[in-house]
Amino acid sequence: MKPLDSLEMPRPAGASDPIITVSGLTKTYASGFQALKKVDLEIRKGEIFALLGPNGAGKTTLISIICGIVNPSTGTVVADGHDIIRDFRPARTKIGLVPQELTTDAFESVWATVTFSRGLFGKPPNPAYLEKILKDLSLWEKRDSKIMTLSGGMKRRVMIAKALSHEPTILFLDEPTAGVDVELRRDMWEMVRGLRENGVTIILTTHYIEEAEEMADRIGVINKGEIVLVEDKHVLMQKLGKKQLTLHLQSPLSSLPAELQSANLQLSSDGTELVYTFDTQSQETGIAGLLRRLNEHGIDFKDLQTSESSLEEIFVSLVRGRA
Amino acid sequence: MNFYGIKAIYLFEMARTWRTIMQSIASPVLSTSLYFIVFGSAIGSRMASIDGVSYGAFIVPGLIMLSILTESISNASFGIYMPKFTGTIYEVLSAPISAVETVIGYVGAAATKSIIIGTIILITARLFVDFSIAHPVWMIAFLVLTSVTFSLFGFIIGIWADSFQKLQIVPLMIVTPLAFLGGSFYSINMLPPFWQTIALFNPVVYLVSGFRWSFYGVADVGVGISLGMTLVFMLLCLAAIGWIFRTGYKIKA
Repeated sequence: MKPLDSLEMPRPAGASDPIITVSGLTKTYASGFQALKKVDLEIRKGEIFALLGPNGAGKTTLISIICGIVNPSTGTVVADGHDIIRDFRPARTKIGLVPQELTTDAFESVWATVTFSRGLFGKPPNPAYLEKILKDLSLWEKRDSKIMTLSGGMKRRVMIAKALSHEPTILFLDEPTAGVDVELRRDMWEMVRGLRENGVTIILTTHYIEEAEEMADRIGVINKGEIVLVEDKHVLMQKLGKKQLTLHLQSPLSSLPAELQSANLQLSSDGTELVYTFDTQSQETGIAGLLRRLNEHGIDFKDLQTSESSLEEIFVSLVRGRA
Repeated sequence: MNFYGIKAIYLFEMARTWRTIMQSIASPVLSTSLYFIVFGSAIGSRMASIDGVSYGAFIVPGLIMLSILTESISNASFGIYMPKFTGTIYEVLSAPISAVETVIGYVGAAATKSIIIGTIILITARLFVDFSIAHPVWMIAFLVLTSVTFSLFGFIIGIWADSFQKLQIVPLMIVTPLAFLGGSFYSINMLPPFWQTIALFNPVVYLVSGFRWSFYGVADVGVGISLGMTLVFMLLCLAAIGWIFRTGYKIKA
């Protein structure tokens, strides 16, 4: 018998092979709200993919559909070669999910809850593996504590331990560091990198652009239920990045000389700094000319620095542009 | 078949039972003991035998049924309502476990608990009144069948309920009256003919009657009809649950 869907054909292993293929996915809730409008997306095997988007953009809906918590309206999702609906068992066995909300069984112990999760996903008991996870997440000392007695950060780690308990090869982290202190956030980044080194594909959504910038290999931006762009992080920053040159002046200026005035050059309100914005992509940045003209006007500076625009600025301008 | 998944849900639910042992097991046993003291010993000693069975012994099957009905419904409904309420149901929905397996886990645990409670009440009752069991195999069959059926019914209520009030309302407003009027404390043959006919629309009548037959060999309605009606109710519950999972009703957007 021929396979009904070519997407279900096994693929040869390789670094850039898609591990998740989302095709024509839409979701309209019963209220009539259209959360996803025809989303196509490929997640590559072994990468860290960051999904950025404002509140209500459809991030959680997309993740929830892939994980089986929400039914899609139309479209298909194939995870590790398995359709997530027709072939849900092998697909879901591969996927771990850390949801956004700290939803835990308050009265259960940490050990009981990770044991439950592993069993639920159809894996035979393996106390040694669970012990390792709890130790990696600094939860081992708390294994007999009831979850309700743990701090918020600890609960977040319990959620991660639960998601990892069945040894998934695809891990979804929905806003993993929301409400988490700086130290724990660093720990989590370390952990995520460690997982990636072990071949786990990671998809994370975040509000902290810093996080995507720090962690991701590729970035997808979603807004109003549509994928606005998917790009390699470095390419994205290069493509859209603007650089700024800041000159710290020797003596404050009250105003810019008329012939220096342009949209690209701004004087700070206290008159001590000049900020010049330029495009890294263009042939002529205009820096040399600027410095020459400053010299002609006798404007001296004691220091200078350049900075690249962050992903956050890129993101804000993208989302605004589409709004 | 995801046996580890079924086991995980079953053990999780049973752990909840042991954790809340006072509320889960001690309280139904206490309230049933009070029924026996009041209706069985105190009042029962002044009542005539019914169908040749002393009143104290006559109410034993009915009281066990009463507890099983309410406990099955409250346990199974609470068991599935809580994960929905706290949000932990995401894990079950995202797990490689089918609807049938999920139901086996939750309903199996609720039914197990009911059977344990029923057995404890049976033993407790023996301390107050003297009785024998004529058809032990049928007694166990009715016990298990009723526990499973009403745990299924409770599961449906737990899915349907979106507030604690709704969770309580069906057991309180519908099941308790049906159980009390279903012949737990009297034979429906003692009712005037008109009310006897009305009583036949009460499903609990068939459960109590069949269960009592397994004890004393006497019944208000034929045992075959009792068994048939219980099975029909079970099939209705299964059909409803099948529909719930197919449509994702109240659990999956």
